[in-house]
Amino acid sequence: MEIGLAHYLFVAAALFTIGVFGIFVNRKNVIVILMSIELVLLAVNINLVAFSAFLHDISGQIFALMVLTVAAAEAAVGLAILVTYFRNRGSIAVEDINLMKG
Amino acid sequence: MSDLIYSLSWAQPELWLAGFALAGALVGAWVKDRGAGLLSGAGCLVLIVAGVLAFQFQPRTAQTLFGGALVIDAYAGVAKALIALSAAATLWLGADHFRRTNEQRFELPVLTVLAVLGMFIMASANDLITLYVGVELQSLAAYVLAAWRRDDAKSSEAGLKYFVLGAISSGLLLFGASYIYGFTGSLRFADIAAAAPAGGVGVTFGLVLLLCGLAFKVSAAPFHMWTPDVYEGAPTPITAFFAAAPKLAALVLIGRVLYGPFAELTPQWGQVIAALAALSMAVGAVAALLQTNLKRLMAYSSIANMGFALMPLASGDPAGLTAALLYMAIYLPTTIGVFALIVALRRDGRAAEEIDDLAGLAARRPFMAALFTILMFSLAGIPPLAGFWGKWVVFMAAVRGELVWLAIVGGIAAVIAAAYYLRVLAAIWFKPGGAALQAPSATAMTVAFIGAALSFPILVLALGWLERVANTAVGASF
Repeated sequence: MEIGLAHYLFVAAALFTIGVFGIFVNRKNVIVILMSIELVLLAVNINLVAFSAFLHDISGQIFALMVLTVAAAEAAVGLAILVTYFRNRGSIAVEDINLMKG
Repeated sequence: MSDLIYSLSWAQPELWLAGFALAGALVGAWVKDRGAGLLSGAGCLVLIVAGVLAFQFQPRTAQTLFGGALVIDAYAGVAKALIALSAAATLWLGADHFRRTNEQRFELPVLTVLAVLGMFIMASANDLITLYVGVELQSLAAYVLAAWRRDDAKSSEAGLKYFVLGAISSGLLLFGASYIYGFTGSLRFADIAAAAPAGGVGVTFGLVLLLCGLAFKVSAAPFHMWTPDVYEGAPTPITAFFAAAPKLAALVLIGRVLYGPFAELTPQWGQVIAALAALSMAVGAVAALLQTNLKRLMAYSSIANMGFALMPLASGDPAGLTAALLYMAIYLPTTIGVFALIVALRRDGRAAEEIDDLAGLAARRPFMAALFTILMFSLAGIPPLAGFWGKWVVFMAAVRGELVWLAIVGGIAAVIAAAYYLRVLAAIWFKPGGAALQAPSATAMTVAFIGAALSFPILVLALGWLERVANTAVGASF
């Protein structure tokens, strides 16, 4: 069987769904949320690279590189905020994030 | 090479901001927080210079820069001027407030200017990569600003919530962008515009996801859940910043995307925008009735106001975009003014931000009470204040765009919203008692006064000019 564009898109969609569910269903730990965010961004990268190869157009891969760079910055900022949060509350359990009810 | 020099000459406002952010970070590392006041002043100045440059020096026709990554046109120019001026006002407010609370740090001007740089890029985005980079630059700086009080549990919780929900919205936006790229074959807005009508369901799917991501940034319901918590947890001057410039930048970006590359797909996205607008107005109006905290109340007020601003966009007619721009131009000074007053409300060195804290304000501080009254009446849309004309413009645009049902929903929401603005005023004027407040900061009062003066009468008198500017901006670009 030939592996075509649809297969890549399916894998990316599955990863994206797992990532989004990981963020919303997870009730344990903020680190898991950070991992889920990473999963969502990587799903996007699979999409971009698959489309880029399919279209014979390089710009999708450049976009993927930009996404990787920004994802690294995002993780750095997120972890820094998480550290200040942990210093204040002594916990990073999701169910403890409840000082304000939104 | 000549393209690069040409592009750099048109990108001067952005260069000013980027230069200040880099130099400010370096100088800040050298002089530490002692130079924070000076650096904040310089930051305000740079913001004003960048805003004036962007507004004053516009090309006659739209120019694409850096090989088509950015576009400079009248629409971006007007948006940038509004963004930069409102950010400068909130930075001034913040610098003064943190000097009083001994939380002065040099990162404030640097982060604010970086966020504004991201917003400038959003306003000028001409392909999907620039769009994403602009949104992220703005958001990453905003996450850090929300967690400004490192030793305060509420502030760091606000930062964490903002970060997690913002990251999801970026993920949605990107996933949508990847589908748009795949089904149109290009990242450039111009090429997407040519290919989108034939793109089929893939493009529509991508566009809806992209819109969901952007709806997070303007805090339109049902993507609004971060707003009340972040507004409450973040320090008030930072909240004032969040309520003004980023909202306008995200709305301008939504306009740019919908009226540019996806102008042919109006039937598809018109419904999405109409639903977002109707939900935002309803949620913003009803949920605010239950709030006792002024900042949470203003959060729901901003959700409702973003609903009003999105309402005329749903018609797909450029006149709708003009109306939205005009509405935001009137909304920004009013909301900054209200937050400046909340900054000024302090008792025993702590923020007094419950509605009950306002009791007896009219007797104790009549000037403050008068400013509150003007600003709240303007937000409620009571004639002849500027807020009324803003609402009038968006309702007229909605009706002309054959969205009568949406205008009716908006009308009901506006009436309900008036109830909670009046509740604040009732506490100020008719509720007796309450403990004495500290003398308000002169800076906060000045910002509030400017906001109130703009709400009435300056913007009312300048309405014709404002409409002409918005009209030419939208007309020249779309």
